[in-house]
Amino acid sequence: MRRVYVNEEWCLGCHLCEYYCAFAATNGTDMARALRDTKINARIKIEENDQISFAVSCRHCTEPYCVKGCLTGALTIADGIILIDREKCIGCYTCILSCPYGAISPSEDGAVQKCELCARTAGEAPMCVKGCPNEAIVFEERG
Amino acid sequence: MAVNYLYPEYEVARNYDRCIACRVCERQCANEVHEYLPDANKMTCDDSKCVNCHRCVSLCPTRALKIVRSGNTYKENANWSRKTIDELYKQAGTGGVLLSSMGNPEDYPVYFDKLLLNASQVTNPSIDPLREPMETTVFLGAKPQDIRRDNFGRLLTDIPPHLKLSMPVMFSAMSYGSISYNAHESLARASEALGIFYNTGEGGLHEDFYKYGKNTIVQVASGRFGVHKDYLNSGAAIEIKMGQGAKPGIGGHLPGHKIVGDVSRTRMIPEGSDAISPAPHHDIYSIEDLRQLVFSLKEASNYTKPVIVKIAAVHNVSAIASGIARSGADIVAIDGFRGGTGAAPTRIRDNVGIPVELALASVDKQLRDEGIRDNVSIVVGGGIRSSADVIKAVALGADCVYIGTAALMALGCHLCRSCHGGKCNWGIATQVPKLTKRLNPNIGFKRLVNLMTAWQHEIKEMMGGMGINSIESLKGNRLMLRGVGLNEKELEILGVKYAGE
Amino acid sequence: MRLVIIGNSAAGIGAVEGIRQTGSQDEIVIISGEPYHTYSRPLISYLLLGRTTEERMRYRPEDFYTKNRCELIFGTAAKVEPESKRLTLSDGRVVPYDKLLAAAGSVPFVPSFAGLGGVRKKFTFMSLEDARALEAALGPTSRVLVIGAGLIGLKCAEGIFHRAARMTVVDLAPNILSSILDAEGSEIVQGHLEDIGIVFRLGRSVASFEGYRAVLDSGESLEFDVLVLAVGVRPNTGLFKGIVKIDRGIVVNSRMETSRADIYAAGDCAQGTDVSSGQSKVIALLPNAYMQGECAGVNMAGGSAVFDKAMPMNAIGFFGLHIITAGNYNGEVYCEREGRNYKKLFYGQDRLNGYILIGDVEKAGIYTGLIRERTPLSTIDFGMICKRPGLMAFAREDRKVKLGRPSEVVETGDMGVY
Repeated sequence: MRRVYVNEEWCLGCHLCEYYCAFAATNGTDMARALRDTKINARIKIEENDQISFAVSCRHCTEPYCVKGCLTGALTIADGIILIDREKCIGCYTCILSCPYGAISPSEDGAVQKCELCARTAGEAPMCVKGCPNEAIVFEERG
Repeated sequence: MAVNYLYPEYEVARNYDRCIACRVCERQCANEVHEYLPDANKMTCDDSKCVNCHRCVSLCPTRALKIVRSGNTYKENANWSRKTIDELYKQAGTGGVLLSSMGNPEDYPVYFDKLLLNASQVTNPSIDPLREPMETTVFLGAKPQDIRRDNFGRLLTDIPPHLKLSMPVMFSAMSYGSISYNAHESLARASEALGIFYNTGEGGLHEDFYKYGKNTIVQVASGRFGVHKDYLNSGAAIEIKMGQGAKPGIGGHLPGHKIVGDVSRTRMIPEGSDAISPAPHHDIYSIEDLRQLVFSLKEASNYTKPVIVKIAAVHNVSAIASGIARSGADIVAIDGFRGGTGAAPTRIRDNVGIPVELALASVDKQLRDEGIRDNVSIVVGGGIRSSADVIKAVALGADCVYIGTAALMALGCHLCRSCHGGKCNWGIATQVPKLTKRLNPNIGFKRLVNLMTAWQHEIKEMMGGMGINSIESLKGNRLMLRGVGLNEKELEILGVKYAGE
Repeated sequence: MRLVIIGNSAAGIGAVEGIRQTGSQDEIVIISGEPYHTYSRPLISYLLLGRTTEERMRYRPEDFYTKNRCELIFGTAAKVEPESKRLTLSDGRVVPYDKLLAAAGSVPFVPSFAGLGGVRKKFTFMSLEDARALEAALGPTSRVLVIGAGLIGLKCAEGIFHRAARMTVVDLAPNILSSILDAEGSEIVQGHLEDIGIVFRLGRSVASFEGYRAVLDSGESLEFDVLVLAVGVRPNTGLFKGIVKIDRGIVVNSRMETSRADIYAAGDCAQGTDVSSGQSKVIALLPNAYMQGECAGVNMAGGSAVFDKAMPMNAIGFFGLHIITAGNYNGEVYCEREGRNYKKLFYGQDRLNGYILIGDVEKAGIYTGLIRERTPLSTIDFGMICKRPGLMAFAREDRKVKLGRPSEVVETGDMGVY
């Protein structure tokens, strides 16, 4: 399965992945209109210090602690992609407790949010990958 | 505070209707032009720091930015341009020599743009490169004067060493130090993929890149930085740099702050020490001296590699080239006055040297007239911008061209001409790790390969149009050129007829 | 083969998914004590809160049983005969099995208070039935008394707070949530709950009930209309007495096997090893139940799975204040407190033992991972990770593996099918 992989050697810490991620969530067609005067809360997040930066998003583990521990059954795996049913999620944060990557985060409406590989745009690379200017985030099949 | 005589040359024009305050401009500008105002959730900027490199413009995800010429104006004066006035104020303020980078940007004639190519009509048919073979391979090196056979009549093929290129373009000398590791890697990998050559410049060769040796030209310049036996033997050819088009007659100076880590190791000089390349080679004062160095290098490399002598295009270039052709060198490289540099005194860059088109025509003619044209191949650089320039250079007599600026532009260079500042936002002309990582060689090398592939297609297309199916047949074929807007003298030097003739 | 699962909650469902993961075509029978589709037990407080509905609190989709080809029997297991491999239900039905999973969860523990028999409106808070009954009993003027300031008692209190006129919580322990928080953490959460309007009587027990009046050991008497008993739960192991080894719960190994062949146990009724302390414990938590159940399922179906990553861990929130805790609280302490944001890490012998986070709980899983994987703290920048959980604190090479290679390579030693 194709997944998002991160190569910190090429990460510029530009945070564009976060903005493209947030933009993808709006389903808008124009980023300026979609994100102006908003504070984004992306599902991919940059960790950075003076020297290093890298993006972290859901690794879509094949043995995911988050899915197994989910109290409600809101987290499921479909075709290798870990999806969140935000209607079902009650925001208990057991997944935040479980995820060893810190890739699941709270959202404004109480439910948690996570990368779903832009599952709605099936087949294409997720927006964070498309938006990365330096191929620090790639979407590919690795053995 | 002293009076600030200088008004910013550029202004950052931000469309606040489109700006989402993502701060990518702020994060990507090493010159610290942009700044985020948290209270207002707005971006602001200091135009005076902008070098117009377009990094922010290119990365802005909403196209909210553009850089415009500042509208501020001095009282109009045909004699005193804004640039001249600004430079004067700068010098009056600092007492220093003005520094510049990249090639001469001034408004001198570009002869390539005054030469037009021929095409076949009716009498000799043009060739469709998509249907018929079209040869762009070239060989660089001394050609035998005549055909020699042994006692049994068999052809003797022990010719001097040659370089074989898939197309008549090479990446010109840019040292590791003046450009980044990642830029070098991009050039090296692209050369390998394309079957052409890149050039180490005077900075030695990073040990990681020895593996690209068969596509590398190693340079020996007046500072002799990074030169040792393994280095000389690691490449496919050795280039002696006598001069550089951007700064003929002067040496080089890589400031100590760029001599860090691997750069210092590769150059074989202590960290933090200035790398000063003298103006002349202190052991070369004559063609005879040059010959000694040529043969020293051949000796060191066991006569397996062609030796290139690179000179800047200056007034008596043809006489010098004639001497080089007799020095034992295999290739002469001529660098025109538009050639780039990582740093040069502005006055030198903008006022010294001659156009490469004229230099090339005159060298090619001189060597032919003297019957020594086959002693050497001719490579020209300094102002090659497109495949059309390549074709015109070949028709004027070049075997091959060097491109530097064009290659860097493929890697992202926006010609902001601030290399000497060491804070290249595109990760090319810098050694700052946070900046060098901006050039991912996986992307860079592909873009170089793309560019060269595109040029090769165009070269074949233009050759086909002229009814020529091999680049060798175009070499020195000035009948394929016609001049426009040129005077008699220019036409005479270029050896071309006027359009319509 | 016929695989029989007693219990229709997380462990039981985990077992079904574990069995089907292996590609097994075995027959599966689930005995459910409650006549419902599987639902998420911890959600009953959210149901009363109005944050979910009975429809949405289903633990698995409507078609779960048909898709997984399970027979669901509503009934109560009454007798297990391991020699003849027969299970008898309380209504007399007999269910033969080849392999049996005990996943019967836990039952509320109700102490014998004097006069409790006279309180008609008293409720435990474990099941959907409990929640429905409690909801029906509540009116706008109800004064609610909750006995027990643990996870269940307080979740219940949160769930019905807006439906009650007054809410008092009594606990014998001096601190609330004493099973998951230290004294300082308890104080923060208690402060938050008191600000909301919940009244606490801590370090107190009910001496007796006199009608709808509870008399505390302090002499104070509290009038109430509705009583919630949330003192604690006990593993539901009665069925297996004398059949398998039982300590506090049914003792299992890392394959969820009990002391008797072909009988497995998982979830709240099982007792396994806590990876954070190495001790044998009942870890009555849903994630643990699921993973134990899944492991048991794989093994019952003839696969080979190990689950040895169990540990106490809780993610819980009250009125917007989130709490995440994991592991055990032994060793040296790193502590940060700023208002209601509270962080305490417990570590020793180069390992993280446990942590408490209140308020800011972002990326808590990174701490959990350190405990779960027994990561030597000397291999990471512990100083950095104390301040902020992040992958930044790991060595570059480790990060490369975490972010650059497929997860199956990363998660060696993970629960899974080998």
